[in-house]
Amino acid sequence: MSTAHDATAPDARARFRMERKPRALRLVAEGEWTTKDAAKLSAALKHIDLGDATTAEIDGTHLDRLDSAGAWLLVRTKREWEEQGKKVGAIALAPVYDSLLHTVEHEHTAPPVTIHNRHTLLAFTERVGKATIHGLQQGLGIMGYVGRVTVEATEAIYHPRGNLRVAALIHQIEETGINSLPIVGLLSFLIGIVLAYQGADQLKRFGAEVFTINLLGVGLLREIAGLITAIIIAGRSGSAFTAQIGTMRVNEEIDAMQTIGINIVDALVLPRVIGLAIALPFLTFYADIMGLLGGAVMCYFDLAITPEVFMRQLQEAISLNTFLVGMIKAPVFAMIIGMVGCYEGLQVERNAASVGRLTTRSVVESVFLVIVLDAAFSIIFSIVGI
Amino acid sequence: MSGPIQNQGGKDKDIVIKVRQLVNAFGNQVLHDHLDLDVYRGEVLGVVGGSGTGKSVLMRSIIGLNEITSGSIEVFGHNTAHLNEAQWRELEQRWGVLFQEGALFSSQTVAENIQVPLREYLDMPQELMNEIASMKISMVGLPDLAATKQPSELSGGMKKRAGLARALALDPEIVFLDEPTAGLDPISANMFDTLVKDLQKSLNLTVFMVTHDLDTLRATTDRIAVLVDHKIVVGTMEELRKNPHPWIQEYFSGPRGRAAA
Repeated sequence: MSTAHDATAPDARARFRMERKPRALRLVAEGEWTTKDAAKLSAALKHIDLGDATTAEIDGTHLDRLDSAGAWLLVRTKREWEEQGKKVGAIALAPVYDSLLHTVEHEHTAPPVTIHNRHTLLAFTERVGKATIHGLQQGLGIMGYVGRVTVEATEAIYHPRGNLRVAALIHQIEETGINSLPIVGLLSFLIGIVLAYQGADQLKRFGAEVFTINLLGVGLLREIAGLITAIIIAGRSGSAFTAQIGTMRVNEEIDAMQTIGINIVDALVLPRVIGLAIALPFLTFYADIMGLLGGAVMCYFDLAITPEVFMRQLQEAISLNTFLVGMIKAPVFAMIIGMVGCYEGLQVERNAASVGRLTTRSVVESVFLVIVLDAAFSIIFSIVGI
Repeated sequence: MSGPIQNQGGKDKDIVIKVRQLVNAFGNQVLHDHLDLDVYRGEVLGVVGGSGTGKSVLMRSIIGLNEITSGSIEVFGHNTAHLNEAQWRELEQRWGVLFQEGALFSSQTVAENIQVPLREYLDMPQELMNEIASMKISMVGLPDLAATKQPSELSGGMKKRAGLARALALDPEIVFLDEPTAGLDPISANMFDTLVKDLQKSLNLTVFMVTHDLDTLRATTDRIAVLVDHKIVVGTMEELRKNPHPWIQEYFSGPRGRAAA
C-alpha cells in the first residue's frame, strides 16, 4: 500500500512524497529544498499523518539542491517524529551534503528561541514598570550629580584653587551667549509681534488697546522672554553639551583625562555651567529688549501707537520688580540646562547610538525642568506677593 | 608592478564574479587603475593590500555601495551596472555581507537581526523564522542565549559572529567578509577561520574576504589577491611568495609572513 502525498503543487521546486507500508513510513524529499520554499515545506511537513507507523525513514537522496534551511526542516521532522516515539533512521543524503547535515544536526540542539510579542498587555505593563524604575534611578542620579557640582562650584568660588578654567569659561560664554544672539533676538522679536497683535485684537473690543503695552511689558519681562530664551538655549547649547561630552566619552577622552588626573567636573562641567549661568541672564535681557521692540513695531503699525506713547505707557505698566522677577530666573534656568546637558553627556556609553539617544533626552529633560521651575517660581512669587 | 597581471590562469572554472578594467578614482587620487579580477565558485579568495589601496572600496564596488568610475563588474554573469531594481533585489538575495564591526541593527536583538533578510524577502511564519534564526546562531558558534541579546551586550567577536549569521540568513552563494578577524584575539580569530572554512565547505560558499591577517590567509584562502600599484596580483600563497614585487615580498616574507608560513 503506497499513497502519494504531494506537499505542494506538482510543478513546485520543492516537494516531497510519502510512501506508506504497514507500520512503516518513508519521506522522500525531491526538488530544491531551499530557504525560499521553507515556509511552504514547513507547513506541509507539520501536517503529515504518521498513522500507525512505528518506524520511519527520511530519504533526501533525490534532492537536486539543499541549503541549511532545507536541512533544518529534515532534521526538525526527524526530531519531531522521534519525540512521538517513532524509530527514525539516519537521514539519507548525497555525500556532498554530509558536512551540511552534520553542521545542522550536531551543532544545533537547543530549542528555538522564542521572540516575545511586544504588544501584549503584559509587555506593556513590563515596559511601564521598567520605565518607572528607570525614571526614579535617573532622578536619583541627577540629584547626586547636582550635589557634587554644587559642592565643587562652591569650592571654586570660595576657595579658588585655580581650578576654574578661565579660557574654557570665556569660550563657553562666547559659544552659548554671543553665538546665539541672532536666533534669540529674531525669535523674541517675532514673539513680541505675535503677542502685540493678539493682545491688540482682543483689547480693541473694549477700546482698551493701549493696554496691549501692559500685556507686552508684563508678559515678556516676567515670563515669556526668559522662558523662550531658556528653551532655545536648552535646544541649542544643552544638546551641544551632551553631544560634546558624549563624543568625548565614546572616544575614551574622558577616561584619558581621568587617568592623567584631571578633574572632570572642573574641566568640563564647571566652565559650561558657569559660562551658561553668566550668558543666559544677558541673553534674557537681550530677549526682553528685542521682544519689546517687536511689540512696539506692531503697535505702531497696527494701533498707530507712536514710540513715545509706547515708552510712556510701558513706564507706567512695569516696575523694576517686573524686570527683576524675569531676570532672577535666568541663572537658575542656566544651571539646570547646563547641569542636565553635562550629566547626560557623562552618562553616554561607549557607542555612537547612545550619544544620539542621550542628546534627545537631555533636551527633553531640560525643557521639562525649565517649565516646571518656572511654574514653581510663579507659585513662590505669588506667595511672597511680588 | 608594471608587468602583465598574472592571475586567473586558464582554469576552466565557474566564474561568479568577474571584474574587468575597473577604475575607481576619487578626485585626482586613483585607487584602482584598470583592474581585473575573477572569483571562482566555491573558492575562498583573500584580498590584501596596504592601507589605503582600496581593498574595501573594491568590495563595496562589487556589492554596489560604491559607484565605480569606469569598467564592468559581472556577478553570476550579470553586469551589475545594467540591472534594474528588481534584478538587484534578486541578486542581493544571493550574497551576504559581513561588515567590519558586524553592522548589527542596534535596536534589534540578535535573532531579530538574523530574521531581517527573511522578513524582507520571504513570507515566512514567525515560528519558522525563530527556528532558522536559532539554527544560524548555533551554526556560527554563538551560545543559544545570544539570540535574545541586544548587539550592545555582545563582545566584538560575538558581534562578528552574529553579523555572519545575518549574512548567511538567506543561504547565499557568495559571502563578502570585511576584515573578519580584525580586533579579535588570536584564539577567537582562529575559531573564526575554522568557522569560515567549515561553513564554506558545508554550504558550498564562495567567500570574498578582505583581510590583513596572514594567519587567516594561510588557514582559509584558496587564492589571494594582492592590491599593488592600483592593480591586482592573484595567486596562491606559494606563488605569491615567489613574486618579485617588493611589497609582496615584504608582506609574505617579512617576519610576520614567515611566522604564518
